[in-house]
Parts: sequence; structure tokens; C-alpha cells
Amino acid sequence: MSDAEQPTDDGVSGDDEFEPIQVFPEAEEMDLRPGADNCYKCSTCDTNCPVAEVDDEFPGPKFQGPEQWRLKRQDDQDVDDSVMKCSNCMRCDSACPSDVPLSQMHNTARGEYVEEQMEKLSREYIRNRILANYRRLAPLGSMFPRTTNFVMGLSATQWLGEKVLGITGERDFPEFATETFREWWTKRGGNATSKKRAQKARAKRGDAQVRSDEKRIAYFHGCYANYNTPEVAKALVRVYEHFGYEIMVPDQHCSGTPMFANGMLEDARRSAETNVRELRAAIADGADVVASCSSCSMSLRQEYPELFDFEGTEDVAENTWDAVEYLRVHEDLEGELEDTSVGDEFDDFAYHAPCHARNQGLDGQTTDVLAAIDGVDAHDVGDSCSGISGTYGWKAENYETSMKIGAEMFDHMEESEAKTGLTECPTCSMQMEHGTGYEITHTLEVLEAALVGDATEATAQ
Amino acid sequence: MAIEDDVLVIGGGIAGATAALAAAERDVQVRIVSYKQSTLRNASGLIDVLGYTPAGDGPLADPFEALAALPEGHPYERVGSEAVREALAFFDEIAGDAYQGSHTDANALVPTHGGTVKPTARYPTSTAAGLASDDRDALLVGFETLPDFEAPLAASHLEATGAPFAARGVTVRFPGIVRDDAKITRYAHLLDHDEAVETADETRAGEPTAREALAETVRSHLADEARVGFPAILGDDRADAVRADLADRLGVDVFEVPMGPPSLPGMRLEDLLYEALEAAGVRVTTGVPVVEYETDDAEASATGPERIDRVIVDRNGAEIPHRADQYVLATGGLVGKGVRSERERVFEPIFDCHVPHAADRYDWFVDDVFGDQPYARFGLPVDRDLRPLDAVDDPEFSNLRAAGAVLGGYDFAAEKSGSGVSLATGYVAGRRAAEGCR
Ligand SMILES: Cc1cc2nc3c(=O)[nH]c(=O)nc-3n(C[C@H](O)[C@H](O)[C@H](O)COP(=O)(O)OP(=O)(O)OC[C@H]3O[C@@H](n4cnc5c(N)ncnc54)[C@H](O)[C@@H]3O)c2cc1C
Ligand code: SF4
Ligand code: SF4
Repeated sequence: MSDAEQPTDDGVSGDDEFEPIQVFPEAEEMDLRPGADNCYKCSTCDTNCPVAEVDDEFPGPKFQGPEQWRLKRQDDQDVDDSVMKCSNCMRCDSACPSDVPLSQMHNTARGEYVEEQMEKLSREYIRNRILANYRRLAPLGSMFPRTTNFVMGLSATQWLGEKVLGITGERDFPEFATETFREWWTKRGGNATSKKRAQKARAKRGDAQVRSDEKRIAYFHGCYANYNTPEVAKALVRVYEHFGYEIMVPDQHCSGTPMFANGMLEDARRSAETNVRELRAAIADGADVVASCSSCSMSLRQEYPELFDFEGTEDVAENTWDAVEYLRVHEDLEGELEDTSVGDEFDDFAYHAPCHARNQGLDGQTTDVLAAIDGVDAHDVGDSCSGISGTYGWKAENYETSMKIGAEMFDHMEESEAKTGLTECPTCSMQMEHGTGYEITHTLEVLEAALVGDATEATAQ
Repeated sequence: MAIEDDVLVIGGGIAGATAALAAAERDVQVRIVSYKQSTLRNASGLIDVLGYTPAGDGPLADPFEALAALPEGHPYERVGSEAVREALAFFDEIAGDAYQGSHTDANALVPTHGGTVKPTARYPTSTAAGLASDDRDALLVGFETLPDFEAPLAASHLEATGAPFAARGVTVRFPGIVRDDAKITRYAHLLDHDEAVETADETRAGEPTAREALAETVRSHLADEARVGFPAILGDDRADAVRADLADRLGVDVFEVPMGPPSLPGMRLEDLLYEALEAAGVRVTTGVPVVEYETDDAEASATGPERIDRVIVDRNGAEIPHRADQYVLATGGLVGKGVRSERERVFEPIFDCHVPHAADRYDWFVDDVFGDQPYARFGLPVDRDLRPLDAVDDPEFSNLRAAGAVLGGYDFAAEKSGSGVSLATGYVAGRRAAEGCR
């Protein structure tokens, strides 16, 4: 499909349709008026906004999107500072029955607000920049993981974070792994080892084309699975190799999600440029891109094409998949899971579908797939937002709102019989743990246990 | 590979949800794929079957009497009045205590936010104490920050309609809400969680909770009315508890007056249906559209209609095939975007099913905005099995049925038949789809 044929939001092409993708870098100059004109003020978006539900002072997505856009274009008004209270959960986006590109408007307005109205030496700006650029700090932290974990855990550090930077002291900083995923991957022999393992698996499975290069994926692990939860990334590797896929791990930057949410569009642009370049090369090499974090895949698939137009942006969007979804479509995943079991380690799960998975039509997937495994039941804990939304719930001024939004999910988790939580989003997982004290797992880890065997056996691989 | 099920329903509004539930009664695997949120979020939550005839006569006391006289091609004529009854009974079972009206064929008369009285077949229990046929006097309470419900005006309109009771309206401040455009979900959340609120009353020690403060505010206005009506913002997840608590504190019955869009009773109905879907084991995929289909050439006989093999779901450019044995199209009308119009044509975007309309777009509407608008009836013509028909009245596909607002031949706004048609056709389409599975 050429770019010219790119379908509109609902895939229906038509003469009257509006195409929101315009040329960067002048995000502020993007002409979103036709999109704003599509709004017929039904307020469906407002009834979906988790922030407006608990915070009287937030004017809601309809105001942030089409109304603010119209006001601004008419009399050169400044962007309203309430746009910083939006958590970028993108629920409004998938709610609007009239194809108004709400999150694109919010991202653009936030970028403009930060660029033009925010004091660059202010505590808020510095704090937001630090939070948004987590990936730049993470390598430092993971160089001395034990020291960092110790220092971050000190109450004095937390107090400093709160007082000096406005990072809430209520939360525990995520721990750094003693070995990053990429370190593990290199030690294991990188792509070459993966190729061998994949071929062996194909031979064992009796796949006809043992030497074919067709089964190849490029893994976008994102920051969190690399620095904090390499076990999720390793699970992906083992599950994919089990199906005979050869895995590549291209160079990559942060997906940009925290940067969009903080209006740091220039930072996001730099990261996106690297990601698009590297992933596009992998695609040219015959790989499809898969991601294990739903916000990363959302970013590559939706936000990049909405905000950037590097060579290959569309190509990357069209060839990026959620890790479980990819297996469902390309393999008989459920068939393979039939009659497997996972031992005592896992039992039932309280599952929360992240907003960014919901927006991609992946909300029911995990419960569908896990139902095939003997003795495992994943109970959906309802459609509420977890409330943390990436960096949002880390800010001292949002902490309370974040916990109010999450309250419904905490209640439902506690009502459910399961005592282990399950989700595909690293920050949702922090919030679930923070609000209930439950241990939280990733779907890929359950698949690994079912398909590849127990953890000790897997570690040996 | 494709994602496989027996019955695939496209669209998750009241028509799609009902079709999926009806299909799931049989031993088949059912999935819904729905793109954006349905019109349920805007609908009043009332289940109207037929309030007025297509000729404009009414309000009708008994919708069933009028069903027999509907013109050929009307969705009710297609499925037959027995199916309408069955569908309502099916709905009653799903809704349980949440809905009332099943005790009689006659339409109930529910006061609306404009002070008119609407004939409807089923109504949420939250509105039950407010029925216009009830002769107890009523106090209507509106809020300064919620301009869509002018209680004094609604009360005087109600009296003017000849309601058999005295109605009085007052406008008060909603404790805890400052913003004049706070979202209705904000009101509901305050009451659901009974959050502490600030009130103007300086003499009180500590902060009262939202329910306490609201009851307090209203009590001083209550004369000897036996019931109090509020706009429909009394809670979302815990609406029953909120209403009971307020009634308890006020010592009178409490009811909700259905509001215009967006509407909490509509959202509660949506929740109720989606809970039923989960309990029935229906798989639900939302946020992504179905964009295309592929036929099964090997199976199509030379003369018979084509058979749909799979449909394609678009996920930001990646194409995800979904295959089923039978398909139900419940994508809504012009509002839900199941039927679309461009300058030159009106069309159904997924399967390009035939949508009859005048060639000249100036014939699509009449100048009188309140006139009988042809565009209001745009939609698919179907046979009695609800299979869409092409221009020469042959089924478009052997395994596709259509239900709800995507159907043509009726004007839901004028007839007050929206949810009823979606329910009846959804029920029949779902049941037949399950029966058609190999
Ligand atoms: C403002 C308003 C007020 C109303 N008030 C009342 C009332 O008081 N009483 C009453 O009885 N009726 C009322 N109605 C009418 C009634 O709500 C509708 O007739 C009925 O809900 C239609 O239901 P549906 O399921 O057929 O379609 P919709 O509710 O329109 O649902 C269609 C669904 O299909 C999805 N969809 C569309 N295209 C695709 C695609 N390509 N792929 C996947 N999914 C797709 C849409 O996103 C949507 O979720 C009202 C309607 C409106 C708009
Ligand atoms: S992205 Fe989420 S928080 Fe922001 S306006 Fe939309 S719904 Fe509200
Ligand atoms: S949902 Fe869409 S059309 Fe409705 S008010 Fe929001 S932006 Fe406007």
C-alpha cells in the first residue's frame, strides 16, 4: 500500500475524508482544523476521560482538543495550561465516534505549551524533562544497580525528590536489574545464536523450511524491559524461538511515549528518528517488528505517523505488532497452548488491560489466550484506567488524582479471587502493585512457562 | 492463520451486543469487533419500541397493536411482532432488576428533561418512581451547573401536558461542584464514592459527604411532595445505592429524569450488556475497525450469493484477518457510521451493500427541517432472514445478516423506535446466525 492510499482512521476512504498527517517539524503549524470541525459536541470523549471524572478542575478532552483548537486559531490565544493535566491515556481518542484526532491535538498543544509558555529553568520543566528522558538516566543507574537501588530507596532521596523536583515520595522507585536484557543478549551470542536456536526449533517442530529466513522478527524491547524487567524480554525471546523465529535486537531509543505526555516533542523526534531508521532497516531485512509493551507499540503505530514523517514512518507503523497478537495471527498459538500447564508458580490472575492496549483492540486478547492453558484463569478486572499513565502519577501534584482514578481497579483486583496481577504495561504494573501489594506478571512470562517449561529450565537456556 | 470464531458480530452497540448474546445461547463461539463507542453512550437508556406510527400518529398507548400495520420493509415487519416480543423477553432476562415495564404491553409514560412525556416499552428502574401515570406530587431538582435540566421549566411543562399530579421545580447548587462545565461523570463519581465535599454552610463541623450534603440541600425545599426527581446523574457503578441512600435521607421516593446526550442511563445499559457478554463467554475486541472482506470463491455456486470467508480488521495499518462461519453487520446508521454519505452517494463501507437512495442529492432531504426526511430512512434493505439485499432483491451474501440502525426503512427519531428495532433485529440476526453455523 503506498502512502497515498493510507486509509483514514476507520479505514474507509472517501472524498470528504480528512487526512491529519502533515509535515513536521512545525507541529504547531499542523492544520488540524478540519479534524476540529468534525466535532459535533456529543461529549462522548468527556465521559471517557478518567481525569475529568475525579478532578473538577480539568476541563476535559473536548475542550483540550477541538474547542481549544478553534479558539486558538481565531484569536491567537495561548494554549491553556490545563493541557498538562491530561495523562495521555488516549481513551478519548478511541471514544470519539466522529474521527476527531484528539490525542494528536493534545500532543501538539502540549508541545506548543512547553515550547512557548514553560519557563525552561523552572522546577516543573526540569522535573518533566528528567521523567521523560528516563532512558538517558537508566544506563547510569544500571551500571551500579545495587548502589542505585539502595540510594533510590533511601527516605532522604525520596524526600529530596519530592521537595526539590516534585516527584512524589509515595512511590518506590523501580529497581534496576543486575544485568540488562541487552547485556544478556550479547553474552548469549546475539543474533547468531538466535538464528541457530530458531533453526533447531524449526527442525524439531518439523517446519518444512528449516533454513528459510522467513521467520524473523525485530524486537523493540523499550527501556523498561531492558533495564528493569529483563525477565519479560527473555520470555519473549524464548517463546518466539520456540515457534522457530529468529530474533534481531536492533539499536533503539525510548519509544517516545513519556516525551509526548510531557510535551517534549523535540526529544521525542530525536528518539523516533533513530527508531524508525533502525526498524525500517530490519523490515527491509525481512523482519516484522514486535513489542512487549503496549505503550511502545502504540507509539510506533499511531503517534509516529500522526506527528512525524521520516522516511519509513508508515512502513514501521504497518509492520509493528504486539508480541502476543503476532503469534495469534501467524501461529496456532491457542492450539499450541491447549493442554499445557504452568505448574504451581502461576494460578489465577487479576488482569488489567492497559489503556494503550485497549486502543489497539487488544483488550480481550490476554484472557482469550490464557484460557487455553490448563488451570489458568485470567479475570479481567474491568475497564477502568489504572491512573498512573507513565510519568503522570509520579508527579507530586498528580499523585492523588492518579490514586483516585486507580481506586476502581484496586477494588476490582481485591474482589477478584486471584492474588497475582497481570498486565502488559510496565507503569500500570507499578500502579497495580502500589495499590494492592500484589505481585504483577507479564503475559509473556506466563506463555513462557506454558510453552518452554519452568523457570529453572528456562534460565539454563 | 486468522483469528477464528463461529459467529462474528461487527459493531458493539445495542444491536451488536444483543445479536452476540442471542447467538451465544447456542453452543457456538461468538466474537464482537467494534470500532468506536456506540450510540448507547448518548441514548437515554429507554427501550422505545414504537411511540408514533410512521405517519406520525401517537403517542401510542399500545405499540403492539400498531406493529401489524407497518409498511413492508420496515424492520419490525421483516422480523414479525412475535420476534419483537421474544426479543423483549430476552432483554428482560438480561436486565433483571435494572429495568421495568415487562408487566404490560402498554407503553409507559416517562417524563423527560424537557418536561415532555415519552412513550416507552422498558425503562430503567431508576426512573420508575417518576412515571407520569403515577398521581403523587413531585418536586424536580435541577443544578446551577447543569443547564440542560431546568427544573422549574420542566415542571411547568409537565403540568401543561396534563400530568395527573402537581409538579414543582427548584434549582440548587450541587455540593462539591464548582466548575460550570463539570462532566456528568464527575457528579456520578462524587456520589458513587460519597466523597467529602465543601459546602457553604460554615456552621457545620467537618466536611459532609456528597450524598449527605445533597440531601441536606434538597430537604429545605421539600414541601409535602411524595417523590423527588433529579437529572440522571445519580451515580454510575453504584447508582442503586446512591438513590436508596438519598431516598432514605429525604424520606421520600427518589427518581431520575432521563437526560440528553451524553447520558448515564445509556452508559449503565452499556455496562449491563457488556457484563452479560462476558458472562456468556463472548469475546470482545474494541478500538479497531473492520475494513474489508474476502469471499470464498470455491464455495460460491455459479448462481447463488457469495460467501464471506474472512474480514480484515485494521490495526493502524496492520491487517488482522478474522474468520467466522456467520457474520452479523451491526455498525449503526449515519451517526454510528455504518452508513456513510458523500456528495455523490450513500454507501455501506465494509461490504458495499446496496443502500437505496435518490440519484440527486437534493432529493435526500426536504427543506422543512421537521419534515419527513428521506435521509432518516437510509439504510440496508433486508429479506425476512435479515440478509442484506442487492438492487434486484437478491441476498448480497449467503452468510451475512444485518441488524440495528444500519437497516433502512424506518426513522427511529420520528417513530421513537431506536432501541426496540436494534433489540428485535439484533436478537433475530444473532439467533439465525448461530443456527446457520455448520
Ligand atoms: C443522541 C441520540 C439519542 C437517542 N435516544 C434514544 C432514545 O431515547 N430511545 C431509543 O430507543 N433510542 C434512542 N436513540 C437511538 C438508538 O440509540 C439507536 O437507534 C441504537 O442505539 C442504534 O444501535 P446500533 O447498535 O444499531 O448502532 P450504534 O449504537 O450506532 O453502534 C454501532 C457500532 O458499530 C461500530 N462500527 C461502525 N463501523 C464499524 C466498523 N467498520 N468496524 C467495527 N465496528 C464498527 C461503531 O463504532 C459503534 O460502536 C438515540 C440515538 C441518538 C444518537
Ligand atoms: S488522553 Fe486521557 S486524560 Fe487526556 S483528555 Fe483524553 S481521556 Fe482525558
Ligand atoms: S467525542 Fe468527538 S465529536 Fe464528540 S465531543 Fe468529543 S471530539 Fe467532539
